[in-house]
Amino acid sequence: MAVKSAGGGKYRKMSMSPKEYQAFAKTREPSRSIFGNCIRAFIVGGAICLLGQAIQQLFIHLAHMKPEDASNPTVAVLIILSVILTSLGVYDKIAQFAGAGSAVPVTGFANSMCSAALEHRSEGLVLGVGGNMFKLAGSVVVFGTVAAFFVGIAHLIFGTGGAH
Amino acid sequence: MIFLWAFLVGGAICVLGQICFDVFKLTPAHTMTLLVVLGAIGDGVGIYDPLIKFAGAGASVPITSFGNALVHGALDEMKKTGWIGIITGIFKVTSAGVSAAIIFSFIAALFVKPKG
Repeated sequence: MAVKSAGGGKYRKMSMSPKEYQAFAKTREPSRSIFGNCIRAFIVGGAICLLGQAIQQLFIHLAHMKPEDASNPTVAVLIILSVILTSLGVYDKIAQFAGAGSAVPVTGFANSMCSAALEHRSEGLVLGVGGNMFKLAGSVVVFGTVAAFFVGIAHLIFGTGGAH
Repeated sequence: MIFLWAFLVGGAICVLGQICFDVFKLTPAHTMTLLVVLGAIGDGVGIYDPLIKFAGAGASVPITSFGNALVHGALDEMKKTGWIGIITGIFKVTSAGVSAAIIFSFIAALFVKPKG
């Protein structure tokens, strides 16, 4: 199969060793799959943000919130949805298809926490769930906080007084 | 119109993440960390707020907005209470996201058996 799909006039014989074949397949694969991955990430990630915008619009119109105030409850609703989908095992299927499209939105943050919590449940509530929930998300929280601290320091040094 | 921009900007940030995965071969954790730091710096120099105004959820749903919100809390509190606000204010705005994720993940772990 692979030999035929290689196309062109040059036919290689089927006597390729598995190693040769892997190397050969690798030269064919990446460029196409990166583009495809990006398209899928774009569509799924965009769709999640679209859903977020719809929820935000509901908060603005039904609860009469200001757009700035509505983004926090929107994020919370998306996180609840993500936790439910993760619990049902659906989010991981979406993630396999979408790659970064489902990992980059805040739903992916919740997914990483929820799946870590579920996975380590058998080790107990304290050591398993409590200890492992931030296994992936922890790096995001730590680096975000440290970066925010240094940005704050920079604002202090430049004397903006927090205006930005 | 805001829906279109939400889709396009949100999708574009996800493509940025995908490029980190595929082209630079970063792990998901490294990619998320990078995006959060970018979001924090973006708010520090004042370009993230206009982006949120322009793209709505397209900018506030991706993880970059987590970094943005951390800086936001720190700077807002700094405006009110002076330099100590950098420490006391960091988690003020992100509370919704972090607490919701912790609480519901914990509840899920109590009641759900893992699948797959």
